[in-house]
Amino acid sequence: MVEWLALYNDWAVIVIMMAGFYIMIARYNLVKKIIGLSIFQTGIFYFYVGLGKVENGTAPIFLEPKVIDDSTTNIAAGAVEQTIIYSNPLPHVLILTAIVVGVATMALGLALIVRIYEKYGSIEEDDIQAIDNKFICQLDDKK
Amino acid sequence: MNVDAIVIENIIVMVLLTLLIVVAVGIIMLNDLLTAVILSGLYSLLSATVFVAMDAVDVALTEAAVGAGISTIILLGTLSFTKRIQKPQEHNNYVALVIVCITGGALIYGTLDLPSYGDPNSPANSNPQLAQHYLTESKKEIDIPNVVTSVLASYRGYDTLGETAVVFTAGIGVLSLLGLRRRRRKEDPLLTEKQQRKQQNEDN
Repeated sequence: MVEWLALYNDWAVIVIMMAGFYIMIARYNLVKKIIGLSIFQTGIFYFYVGLGKVENGTAPIFLEPKVIDDSTTNIAAGAVEQTIIYSNPLPHVLILTAIVVGVATMALGLALIVRIYEKYGSIEEDDIQAIDNKFICQLDDKK
Repeated sequence: MNVDAIVIENIIVMVLLTLLIVVAVGIIMLNDLLTAVILSGLYSLLSATVFVAMDAVDVALTEAAVGAGISTIILLGTLSFTKRIQKPQEHNNYVALVIVCITGGALIYGTLDLPSYGDPNSPANSNPQLAQHYLTESKKEIDIPNVVTSVLASYRGYDTLGETAVVFTAGIGVLSLLGLRRRRRKEDPLLTEKQQRKQQNEDN
């Protein structure tokens, strides 16, 4: 395949990661930031799993090797044992762990957001900072 | 399988990744958080499909159950406790855009050295002590037909134990943040005036 087409998947993954990164640093809404974080994470997942893909391979679950009866070529034994190519299982294992840990992180972040909303009445970063500044000014006045 | 099948497989993965980019850009543009959450559920479902196309069936199952299921539910739960509409941002954040472009450019420069997609001779796929060992020896050593399971539960069992510890810690964190909710809101100095009035009305 053409050289740049071979790298298209990696580049698409980078664009996805950067989309998540942009949401995280440019949007003030905290729930939106968490969604951006999970998009960034999935970008890394595609990168890892893509590295473990082998051409012509199949999922790494053992199959019985097929015995093909190839009558057209007339090999003396009459049967050829086909070797099966499997994809690399190691990235899959790492990403399985990462997905579950990612959801745990997300749940904790969302719980924090709910608490922040109870305290501040807003989930927008700039509003929260304004309320904080106001509170600090009040403390200074009391002194 | 012949060369055509490989090309078609690659095209499927490319199209799915492009769709994922479209969904991600949609999430950036939307101001309605409920729609963004539903789009993120669609995003997880699409990514499960990508994982199937990349031969990672176990990852696809987990992503469909955990990503499209649980995380969508907890996001919707959060929205029900907070607001549904994001405050519109009138100005675009050009500094953020520049930072993102520089980071993305650096990462794309880094990909130029990577082995191409599906290369069987890449270091990750041909290492005799890792991938090749699992594929050739695990039938003898562990005797589980699914290699991912034998690596997850046996070769890297401590990893999975650590994962369980992380999930447990996160569960305790969520419970202590939400489960034991304190009701002493009145003395809270951080509340806005509007909320304080609302609480006084409730108390009366």
